[in-house]
This record gives sequence, structure tokens and C-alpha cells, in this order.
Amino acid sequence: MRVYALHAGLIVLLFALHFLLPAYHHGNLARVMVLASYAIGYNILFGYTGLLSLGHALFFAAGLYGMGLGIQHLGLAPAPAFLLGLVAGAVVSGGLALLALRTSGVAFMIVTLMFAQAGYLTLLYFGTYTRGDEGFVIAQASRALWGIDLSDPGNRYLAALILFGTCLLLSLWLVRTPFGRVLVAIRENEERVRMLGYDTFAHKLAAMVISGTIAAAAGAGYGLLFGYAGATFASVQYSIFPLLWVLLGGAGTVLGPFVGTLFMFYLIDLSSGITTAYMLIAGVVLVALTLFAPQGLMGEVRRRLWKGLP
Amino acid sequence: MLLSTRGLSKQFVGLRAVDSVDFDLPEGEIRALIGPNGAGKTTLVGMISGRIAPSAGRVIFDGRDVTALPAHRRIALGMAYTFQITSVFARLSVAENVALAARRRLKGSAVGSAVEAALDRVGLLPRAGQEAGDLAYGHQRLLEIAMGLAQRPRLLILDEPTQGLAEGEIEAFKTLVREVAQESTILLIEHNMRVVMELANRITVLNFGAVLAEGTPAEIHLNAEVQAAYLGGVSDAAAG
Amino acid sequence: MDLGPYLVLATLEGAVTAAVLALTAVGLSLVFGVMRVVNIAHGEFFMLGAVIAWALAHGLSGHPAVGFAVALVVAPLVVGALAVAADMTILKRLDYDPERTIVATIGLLYIIQQLTLMGYGPDARPVAAPFNTRLAIPWFEKGAEGWQMIWPWGLGTTSYKLAVIAAAVAVLCAVWALMARSRIGLVMRATQSDREMALAFGIPVERVYALVFGLGAGLAALAAVLIVPIQQAHYLMGADPLLLSFVVVIIGGLGSLPGTVVAAVLIGLSDGIISVFFSPTLAKILATLLVGLVLVFRPQGLFGKRGG
Repeated sequence: MRVYALHAGLIVLLFALHFLLPAYHHGNLARVMVLASYAIGYNILFGYTGLLSLGHALFFAAGLYGMGLGIQHLGLAPAPAFLLGLVAGAVVSGGLALLALRTSGVAFMIVTLMFAQAGYLTLLYFGTYTRGDEGFVIAQASRALWGIDLSDPGNRYLAALILFGTCLLLSLWLVRTPFGRVLVAIRENEERVRMLGYDTFAHKLAAMVISGTIAAAAGAGYGLLFGYAGATFASVQYSIFPLLWVLLGGAGTVLGPFVGTLFMFYLIDLSSGITTAYMLIAGVVLVALTLFAPQGLMGEVRRRLWKGLP
Repeated sequence: MLLSTRGLSKQFVGLRAVDSVDFDLPEGEIRALIGPNGAGKTTLVGMISGRIAPSAGRVIFDGRDVTALPAHRRIALGMAYTFQITSVFARLSVAENVALAARRRLKGSAVGSAVEAALDRVGLLPRAGQEAGDLAYGHQRLLEIAMGLAQRPRLLILDEPTQGLAEGEIEAFKTLVREVAQESTILLIEHNMRVVMELANRITVLNFGAVLAEGTPAEIHLNAEVQAAYLGGVSDAAAG
Repeated sequence: MDLGPYLVLATLEGAVTAAVLALTAVGLSLVFGVMRVVNIAHGEFFMLGAVIAWALAHGLSGHPAVGFAVALVVAPLVVGALAVAADMTILKRLDYDPERTIVATIGLLYIIQQLTLMGYGPDARPVAAPFNTRLAIPWFEKGAEGWQMIWPWGLGTTSYKLAVIAAAVAVLCAVWALMARSRIGLVMRATQSDREMALAFGIPVERVYALVFGLGAGLAALAAVLIVPIQQAHYLMGADPLLLSFVVVIIGGLGSLPGTVVAAVLIGLSDGIISVFFSPTLAKILATLLVGLVLVFRPQGLFGKRGG
């Protein structure tokens, strides 16, 4: 019960902040919630299943472009376009999983990196439709969901909160199901899980599709709420970001992705006022985390304060 | 016959680890598999459980040819395998370790009672909440066995279960195996000859990857070939 | 121009690419082979080499050849020393755990790249070649009076490009000699084949690792110094060499030096040819897909042997 109270409490707190925050931070937090949803998806695969992907930008972009191209070229309404984004994410992550899960460890990392890079280059190659690096703006008129204008900051914040809340509770529920427990066991010792009679390949495949689809939901949501799709979101950098956020917040904790995204967002936000080389912060944090705090912030909380933190 | 192998062989580069083994294990038996180091025991049970793909031959479990099935499907048919080198989930709790084993066949609250029962049988119930990695080595071996029990297997394969156990723990282990044998067939790889002689209904001796002899403990004890090939060291083994 | 001269031109350009690529990739391969570390920051060591070459060529007065010659020696040494420092402060503390070192080298990539952006700026800057004579290449064509030698417009190369190829070949031979013939090479190979055994024989494995990491980075820097008179120095220039080195190392068989060189020549040549006829983006898409698929279906590399 404490567990559910904690996570529901965060959602209530974020709802209260909707009425309290000044415009600038209000807008930032909406963005953080969408990006944290992306991190939640990443965490399912990396934090709970123990598979380090360097290609999640491919799934985020599949959602973003599935939705965006659906609106732009197929003339879809936002809801079916969002669904198309989800389907694109599920198909792409399933396809990559079937290939990449034949490998493990370092090879898995490189394979995901390479296919994501191929996806990014493909977006550039078909620049006629995708507008390449420049990207395209999704018109305000086509971002009205059931008559609600998602470009309005208030609506946008609440929509981001619904997306984030859904992903958060979904991941909380998932990791406590028997299925989620098997994922954790695979992370700890895959061979032993197999010798307990579980089909580990099927579990990893499912984990990667769930993870990729959540990432795609975040991508599609990002495009709908902020009205822009560009190839940058498919670049290596956007595969590194969720890794960074999850590592910082605590891999294999339900709250970690949000905490990590929030910290990193404001760290980069503050530093970009000082220098254009804001990715320096990302690099330093990445090295420092691997060296000194591989558990991340919430991992430390779990270790020191609350062992049962999911 | 619960388990049979026909012509089962494994060829590693430049080495015939297991050479055309025909092996039969009837339901309800405690069978010991013995042989000098490198005789191919672990490779043989690896092929039976599906961890190692055979170079030739067939594995028949419960009347069904399972040679082409991956390990997890065979386990699901009712085999259980406990590892020679303890392979528990070190960072998960003792109870969760057993629950993972139980959950494959049970759902909901039945899991909890099965976990409790299995831990109680090996005497680890008081430690259910500990992290498995914090257990002493002997206790980790018992946890392995509890994980095997929680699966309610028809065939329980124990790979060197008494290795590293103290004298008193071995006694408890023997009692435990006799109890389990009421419900499951047991295939036991074991170096401790006293355990083998006391527990096994029959013994299969493996040497250079082939079956050298098979019989009751008394027969094996008297078999000249076995003595020449292996039991030359029996007094050492018994003493150790 | 006909297809023939066009192909010759593409092959020559490809040979330059291949030469530089072979040096860079051998550095990456050496690090992976001996240390089992996938160094994502390898491209940034390459970039640093080019930027240092620019700084030296710019800072030293006199004939451009002076600055260039100094850079040829100093840049690899400086970059190598940096890599050794990174190895001792970061990788060693991670105990060379494969996954964590990858994450750490990703961090290192951004640190090097962004510090360069802060210090050197976002511009691409040229370095003058020490010598750069234009060499036209003749072509034979069947005209009205039978075969004759012509000098097609645009078909040619420069003395510098030929020198780059020669230099790369010389360095590769030196690396081979180092690995195959010297004591230090023996120590490296021993460490590569069995780390525990090497430790047992009293080989200072940690020092070997630091040396190899430095050597790998130094090779990348050297390759960059060679290419910078042709390509210009820029803080983002590390991405392409990294990607292509990956392609080469993985296709050539992870950790195999001869395989790496063969693959570098193949990829360098075909990259030149494909880029001439198709778009460079398409060439890159094919290259990345190839790496992914090779890792999935033939992890020992296209030229590696199965098993073992």
C-alpha cells in the first residue's frame, strides 16, 4: 500500500503543481513528463531486464514519425495518428528484437546502435517526406484531440500528466506481476531462469516490445504536444539520453526515470545559459555515474532507506 | 520408463565427451550417476536437460522424444535441474528464488504456500526474507534443492548436491532425498560414495563417456571392472 | 568522362580513405582485441589528432611542412597520453567491465567533443599540406587512329594523397612488426589470449592495457593528422571514422588485425565507389545495416573462421 501511495502521491503532486508553477517551469515540467515516459519505457528493458540498448531513439522516432507522418501525409486525426505511432513503435521494436536478441552483451549494444543509426539515416534519406534534420511543424489545427487544443499550455500539461501517469502506473504494475519478476530474474541470471522452465527469449522479446511501445508513445505524445518532428530525435544522442536519465535516477526503480529526467533536464537547462557545449554535462554525469554511483539516486534510496522500493 | 537415452553422444573439438550412451531410468527410482572426473557425467545430464545440444542420439522423456525441444520446454514437461556450481539469484530474496521456481506451475496465493513448504523442507524457512547471496554456501545448496522441490518435478536431476555441505547437513540431505523420492524420480550425480551407496536404488558408472557398468550398490561394489577403473580410489572418496 | 577513368578516380580516392581508415580501425581493433573494450570515444581521439595538427600548423611559423611534421609526431603522442590517463582514471576503476566501459566511453566522447567545441570553436579549419603537386593520370582510348594516350580532364591525384597511402602502409607494417616480432607485442598477445595466465606469469596487465589504449588512440590521431590537409579539422569530425571503423572491425572479425586491414581496404574502396555513384547517405545506411546483420548472423566477421 505504501508503494501505491508513493507513486499516486507523485501524480497528485504533479497535478497540484499545474496550478502552482510559474509559466516557465510549468512548460518545462510538461516536457520532462513526456521525456520521463520515454525513460520509463527504456527502464523496462535496461533496468528490469538487464538489456542495455543503445538504439531506443529508433522507437521514440517510430512513434514520433508514425504519428507525425500520419497527420502530415495521411491526413489522420490526432487519436488515430497517435495509435499509428504506437503500432509503428511496436512493429519496429519487435522486428529489431527478433534480430538483436540473437546476440547478447556488447554485441546487443552495438547491434541496437547500428540499426538505430540506419533508421536515423533512412529518415535523412527520405527527406522529401520527413524534411530530414530540419523537420516539420505539426500544425496547431491538426493537434486538437476531441476538440481539446493540445497546443494550449494548460491542456498540454494535463495531457503530458495523463501520458506520464499511465506509463508510471503501467510500469509499477508490470514489474510486480509474475511476468515482471521473471524479467528481473533474467537480469540477474538468465541461464538459471531458462533452467526453471521459462522461455527467456519470449520474455525478452515481450519486454523489448513493451519498452519500445512505451518509448513510441512518448515520441508520439511529444510530437502532438510540442508540434514538431525532426530527425534529431532519431539520432544517437536521443538513444543516449534515456540511458543517462535512467542511470542517474536509478536503473530498475519505478521512480528513477522521472527523477533522472528531471535532474538532467534542469542541469542542462541551467548550463545551456552558460555555454553552447551543454552536452559536456551529459558526458561528465555519465562517467561519474558509472564510476561512483552505478545504482543512481533512487537506487541509493532503496539501498539506504527503503529496501522494498519497487 | 520415465527417461531413456539412445546412442546419446557429444563430440567436442577433438574429444568424445559422451559416446553413444543408452540409459534407462524407471519411474520412482533413485539413480546415482558416478564416474571419475571428466567421465562425462555433467555433459550427459546437460544433454538430458537440454542445456547442451547432443551431436547424435535421442532423449526420450515420459514416452516422448524430447531431443529437439529446448531446455525450458523439457523443464516444463517435468524435469528439474539443480546446478553443480550454485546458481541462485544472489540479489533476490530466498523466498523470491523459490517463488520463481513455483510460479511456473502455480498462480496467486498457491505460490506462497508452495514456497513456504519447499523452504520448510530444506530448513530455510527462517531465512526466507534474506538475500540469497548472503546465505552461507551450504545454505545456498539447500536453496537450490528447494527450488527443485518447488517445481514438483517428475524427474529431479541433482548435480553434486552434497559438495561443500558439512557432515550434519549431509545427513539431513539424505533424509530429504528419501522423502522427495516418494513423489519424484531422482537422478543424482555424486562424488561422496557413502551418500551414493546409502541412497541409490541403482548406480550407473560412466567412464570415458561410456557406460561401464550398471547395477545395485552391492553389485557395483563387487564389480571388478568398476574397481579397476574407478573404485581404486573408493576408500579415498569415502574418506573424503 | 567515360566510366573507365571515373572508376580509376574513385579507386584512388577510395585508396586514400582505405589507408586512413585502416589506421583508425586497427587502433580500435587493437583495443578491443587485447582489452575487450569497445571504445566509443575512438572517433574523438581521431578528431583531437586533427585539431592538434591544426593548432600546431597554425602556431608554428615557417614552411607548412614544419608544422605538419611536428604534428605528425606530437599529435599522436599527446592523444596517446590522454588516452592512457583516461584508461588509468576511468577504465581501470571499472575493472574493464564490458558494458560499463561502453557507457563510460560514451561519456568520454561527449567530454572530449564538447571541450573541443569550447576551446576550438564550431568552425572547420584547414591545414596546408606539406607538399601538394598535382599529378595527372593518362588514359588510353581507341580513337580514329587506333589506341592513343589521352589526359582526361579531372583525372588525377596529388603527390600528397599518394604519400598518405604510403605512410599508412608503412605505419601498418610497423604495427605488425611490433605485434609479431617485438617483446612488447608478445606480451600484448599473451594478455589478449589469456588475461589470468598473463597475470600469473607476472605480466603487468594493467600497464599493458594502458599502453594498448594509448597506442590505439595514437593510431587514430596519426590517421587524422594524415587526412587533415585533405579534409579540414572540425569538432564533429569523429563520428564518421568511428562508424566506419566499427564497420571495418566487425566485418574483419573482432580483434583480428589482418582481417581488419583487409576489411578497411574493401570498405574504403567500396565507400569511395558507392559514394561516387550513389548518395553518401545510402552508402552509410548500407554500411550500418551490414554491421548489424554481420553481428547477428556471423559474429566472427565475414572473414573470420567459425568456431573457437
